[in-house]
Amino acid sequence: MTDLFTVALLTATVRMTAPLLFAAMGGLLSERSGIMNIALEGFMLIGAFVAVVGTWYTGSPWFGLLCAIVAGGAGAAIHAFWTITLKADQIVTGAALTLLGAGIPAFLIKRIFDQTGGTPSVERLPTLGGHMNILAPVAFMLVPLVHYFLFYTKPGLRLMSAGENPKAAESVGIPVSLYRYCAVIASGMLSGTAGAYLSIGDLSQFTIGMTQGRGYIALAAVIFGNWSPFGAAAAALLFGFAQAFNLQAQAQGMFSKDLLSALPYLVTLIALTGVVRNLRSPAGLGKHATD
Amino acid sequence: MSERQSWWRGAISPIVSSTIAVLAALIVGGIVIAATGSDPIEAYRAMFRGAFGSRRQIGETLVSATPLILGGLAFAIAARAGMFNIGIEGQLVMGAFAAGVIGTYDLGPRPVGLVIALAAGVIAGGIWGMIPGLLKAFSGAHEVITTIMLNYLALRMVSYAVNNVDWLPVNPPLQATDPVLPANKLPILLDGTRLHAGIIVAIVAAIVLWWILFRSVYGYKVRTVGLSPGAAKFSGIPWKRTIVIAMVLSGIFAGLGGASETLGLQGRFYNVSPGYGFTAIAVGLVGRNHPIGVIAAGLLFGVLRAGATQMQNSADVSKEIVQVLQGLVILAVAASAYVAMMRQRRAAAKAAVSSAPEQGVEA
Repeated sequence: MTDLFTVALLTATVRMTAPLLFAAMGGLLSERSGIMNIALEGFMLIGAFVAVVGTWYTGSPWFGLLCAIVAGGAGAAIHAFWTITLKADQIVTGAALTLLGAGIPAFLIKRIFDQTGGTPSVERLPTLGGHMNILAPVAFMLVPLVHYFLFYTKPGLRLMSAGENPKAAESVGIPVSLYRYCAVIASGMLSGTAGAYLSIGDLSQFTIGMTQGRGYIALAAVIFGNWSPFGAAAAALLFGFAQAFNLQAQAQGMFSKDLLSALPYLVTLIALTGVVRNLRSPAGLGKHATD
Repeated sequence: MSERQSWWRGAISPIVSSTIAVLAALIVGGIVIAATGSDPIEAYRAMFRGAFGSRRQIGETLVSATPLILGGLAFAIAARAGMFNIGIEGQLVMGAFAAGVIGTYDLGPRPVGLVIALAAGVIAGGIWGMIPGLLKAFSGAHEVITTIMLNYLALRMVSYAVNNVDWLPVNPPLQATDPVLPANKLPILLDGTRLHAGIIVAIVAAIVLWWILFRSVYGYKVRTVGLSPGAAKFSGIPWKRTIVIAMVLSGIFAGLGGASETLGLQGRFYNVSPGYGFTAIAVGLVGRNHPIGVIAAGLLFGVLRAGATQMQNSADVSKEIVQVLQGLVILAVAASAYVAMMRQRRAAAKAAVSSAPEQGVEA
């Protein structure tokens, strides 16, 4: 048992938590602005794929990362246009974009690489000291930044007021739609980054379904963390630790991978049943500023 | 407008808008195909041939449509009660697994064993649908989040059972349960095809759902709750019980879909996520949550799925385009609500102008 709690477990936890943090901070911004975004998973997949494509054509993983951020943002812009401007159902639109996020890479792999199931290997983003991906510390630094932005800056407070009571916010002159557009697009850009972290940071290729539900785990972290940046980060850390522990335990043949990997879902379900009493979502989630 | 005319409009306008949504998605999909260097006309023609080209292929189309219709019905009953069930995938997997396990035992002569195995799928799916219903009713937990979590829980639990539980009839190297006994299987309907009686189960289920929704007291309650929970409460309809039952029914339809895959098509349960959950959403939305619409939409998506292989082989368009098309269809349906709203608003404005000319119209 003692062998499990090693430096390897610690670094694995950081490794597994980082992509969850990117996506969770994105989901948090979107939800705090009042727009549900269940398509984080889809944007992650798009980002992961586009990062590899960009790297493949230019040889530069930094350019790949940029492509992933742009692609995630573009996908989220569709979500924003549909849900804010067209006032389409946020869940329905999210479901559509989730499908597109999974389908488009699968469709394009054959076209671009003439392969099925995955892409060829490409250059990876640099690491710190040969172990930790350079994006991992960025993910952790993002948490206090988002906290500071939301609670200590004017745009952040306005963004949250758009999510709490859009009509009141609109009546005092806050451009609710603009804030929501920005928040949703930011959620896509961060999810795209999370995807790039997986495909050209952690690995050096894209495989179909490689996000393995991390977008949903990030969403669960936002809820379990009660829509606060540090809360969501703590939840992401817990879920990341569970994944890391899982990897280590599996390597030593100790536990069933299935039961342990079910942990984030089970914990979130239990949290939602009201065991954690003070869970409260933004009051204006899903509501429009005008009818 | 006469009563008759308004009925006619009521039936026609959803058909028209669904058709437009599907056509729009096919056109955008065609542009995607063209942009990646293939001929979209040739691709769709190959898809059509693949779905209808022969007796065997027609059978494949109906086989593909079966779980989609049942999944679409599952989505529809929940949606009618105002619940967005993203958990169809998990409910379907639970049903498929339960039917697969029970189906390996000798349960008696032909129809008895089959009925028991189907019932196992129904119960497992129903329980998995009931959980988010109860959570919504008694703790207000958003069903979208709970059903997503339950999907993954179902997949992990089933995977655990297949790999680790010795006393179950499972085959870990194959990642499956043992084969279902022949007496417990859904019979093949057409020789030389894989068409099984699951399609009959699906159509009967649609008829049952139609009766529940439009001929039973409970269906009236469901529709009231779905349209306006507040109004339902005022008229004394217990919304908690109504939505829990709706979610149980939803899980039952999904569980039947899974059971029919196991007992009709695969012959055993395989530990894979079939990915029907999101397609079921598309089927329900395009079918406007009406049983007849769901059958039509299920057949349509069955055509896409069954024809995709042929399209891949002869038009060199990879079959994952189907997933893209499904996403586009859902986007188009979501946007069509906007079109309907604008039309309604224009009609309301017109009515306001004609009914109150003396007061003038404020901007």
